[in-house]
Amino acid sequence: MVDFINSIVVLLNFVIVPGLSYGSQLALGALGVTFVYAILRFANFAHGELMSFGAMITILFTWFFQSQNIGLGILPTALIALPFGILATIVLGLLSDKFVFKYYRKQKSVPVVLAMVSIGVMFVINAIVRIIIGPGDKKFLDGQKFIIKARQFKEITGLNEGLALKSSQVITILITIALLTFTFWFLQKTKTGKSMRAFSDNEDLALLSGINPDRVVFITWLIVGTLACVAGTLYGLDKSYQPIIYLNLVLPIFASAIVGGIGSPFGAVVGGYVIAFSEIMVTYAYKKFFKYLLPENLEPSSLVQLLSTDYKFAVSFTILVIVLLIRPSGIFRGKVL
Amino acid sequence: MKFDKYEWTAISIMVLLFILVGFIQGWSVSLVILNMCIISAIMTMGVNISWGYAGVINFGVMGFLAMGGLAAVLVSYPPVKEAWHVGGSGLGISFILLVALVTVVYFITKLVEKKSHKYWLNGLVIFFGLIIIRYFFLNATDRIEEVDPALAGFLGGANLPIIFSWVVGGLFAGGVAFVIGKVALGLRSDYLAIVTLGISEIVVSVLKHEEWLSRGVKNVIGLKRPVPYEINLQTSDWFINMVMWFNSSKLNQIIDADQKQEILNKLIIDSSSLFVKLNYTILFFTVMIVIYYFANKAQISPWGRMMRAIRDNEVSANAMGKDIVKQHLIIFVIGAAIVGVAGAMLVTLDGLFTPSSYRPLRFTFIIWIMVIVGGSGNNLGAIFGGFVIWFAWIEVAPLTTFLINLFTSGLDPQNAIRLHLLDSVPYFRYLLMGMVLLLILRYRPKGIIPEKVRHS
Repeated sequence: MVDFINSIVVLLNFVIVPGLSYGSQLALGALGVTFVYAILRFANFAHGELMSFGAMITILFTWFFQSQNIGLGILPTALIALPFGILATIVLGLLSDKFVFKYYRKQKSVPVVLAMVSIGVMFVINAIVRIIIGPGDKKFLDGQKFIIKARQFKEITGLNEGLALKSSQVITILITIALLTFTFWFLQKTKTGKSMRAFSDNEDLALLSGINPDRVVFITWLIVGTLACVAGTLYGLDKSYQPIIYLNLVLPIFASAIVGGIGSPFGAVVGGYVIAFSEIMVTYAYKKFFKYLLPENLEPSSLVQLLSTDYKFAVSFTILVIVLLIRPSGIFRGKVL
Repeated sequence: MKFDKYEWTAISIMVLLFILVGFIQGWSVSLVILNMCIISAIMTMGVNISWGYAGVINFGVMGFLAMGGLAAVLVSYPPVKEAWHVGGSGLGISFILLVALVTVVYFITKLVEKKSHKYWLNGLVIFFGLIIIRYFFLNATDRIEEVDPALAGFLGGANLPIIFSWVVGGLFAGGVAFVIGKVALGLRSDYLAIVTLGISEIVVSVLKHEEWLSRGVKNVIGLKRPVPYEINLQTSDWFINMVMWFNSSKLNQIIDADQKQEILNKLIIDSSSLFVKLNYTILFFTVMIVIYYFANKAQISPWGRMMRAIRDNEVSANAMGKDIVKQHLIIFVIGAAIVGVAGAMLVTLDGLFTPSSYRPLRFTFIIWIMVIVGGSGNNLGAIFGGFVIWFAWIEVAPLTTFLINLFTSGLDPQNAIRLHLLDSVPYFRYLLMGMVLLLILRYRPKGIIPEKVRHS
């Protein structure tokens, strides 16, 4: 029995908790991509850079607050800085829409052109971020780093295996739950949310029934900016902030959105967790897990690892390709909010 | 190949720019930029063929370049005999098993009627098949990677002249493109963009981590050159005579023999490096002209017309009896193969293969910016885009340094903002690229040299 609990703790520590937090970050990112896709109708390659920009502003404000000795005690200072980051990200999103995307929307350009345009925006934001904060690794997590350390857990429970719970992971999961609840409540229950769903379902019909398209677009950027900044900051808190990472993050995020069914918010969230868990589960070495479960003579000699961790990145695209082949519209039949 | 006035202007501006760089920064710099410009132009022609002719989006440029680079290694590197000895049989067995697995899956797909059964059966067969193959494969690769890890640790190549790899690189990239095309070409264009981007990442990560094949992140250095080495040139009589002949007027003015010899030695060293670069330029330029010639021929041929018809209206082209799926696949493979040729040339020029240097920003998105800025659908436009953008990519850095110095000249030289800006000079090129792309898409969506519409 103890062995069984030990094996579960191993899984929790190395697979489930990291998977949940990484999945939450992907889910928030994918939700943003899905919103742009459903309402503005293009694949936004600049989303990763939007996340990076939001995280950067949050970091700058965090540094400012830290220098003023304003903090939250055991909680990271970044939480006070987050609203400023969100505001800046929303402003950036609205500006990019006003000066760039709006023109093509009015022209009714094909989605590919808009995707190309978003690549241009991606380059510009990328450059701005690097010029302001530089390409290096930035750490901005302060406060209490761990909620439970592995050793404390062992002492409390008397088990062989420890479970380390980072505060950034718990914060990530809690904020994600709050934000997702709010977003879905907003979409389902409020009049504005309903008008957005109508707009994404059938633009002409929505226009006929008196929905103001500019307002819908405005609200969309509000939501997208918020989601992007929160996702970017949480990723930075959990791992560390480095501009190049966000460029690489775009592909898993797209994979999540498409796997879940692009255009479907619920699908985006599920897709985020699917991608995160498969990345971690396929590349995790299960040796320790089986050591507790199997009798001694059956103990595996190898690492029991499906793929080496080098291929972590490739897993998400492989899943993406498989899903596109078997069920091109994604798990939750995308296209509509 | 007839150029109109506008195109001649574009070409002459480009030539003038290179001559200008030659006089200001030296001919060596000018030739280095020119060589990379030519390679970029070949990449853009590859992308242009699939995107400009047929509207098939290909964001996998990076992956195809990497395949070309792999070809350069596999063709030119001497084989590591010991590695073949210890791991060859294991690799052979796993290859045979893989072929068997693919055959089984193929027959299951053909023979089993019910769709859900088919997926489950295929899944099971692939899962267990891969476990068996992995056993042999990992055994073999581990042994190969243990062979002299500091110098080899991989299978090596075929020890042929590296110039053959340009063809092989095209074949490799075309082969990969065939598989990708079979899988993904039915998708909508923006999905296809993401999928090809993702698959190119997979290709690069395989090259990065399969050390038995490509030496992975340990890199392959010292690939053979298709052109002479500087050190051999400096000792060969004909080259020294040639340098003397070229600089005879300058040398004759100097009377002192020692001084004359000194200057001559310096001239020989300088001109040997120039000569090598010039050789590369001639080789690359020939390839570019050949590809340009055939690309143009293809574009005005009936096949090219059919491609344009498919691009402009898929439904009516289909109604006219054109096999769209097949044609899309063909053009995707051709485009990728040309990119693969460029990839092999890139590695030939560098003389080394570094899988970790393949990044999407540099090797996919910049190439696309070149195509769009130059003019998609027009081969000369694509070449021009490759030249202009690569030229800008290199020359932006000195220019921004100059501008920052100019604008902050009132500030203290140790001023924090000034230093910070000078540190971030390399990132201004991203800013410029983004702005250029946005401006072109907005005000000249067909590119600098747009496609010529033929009414025939």
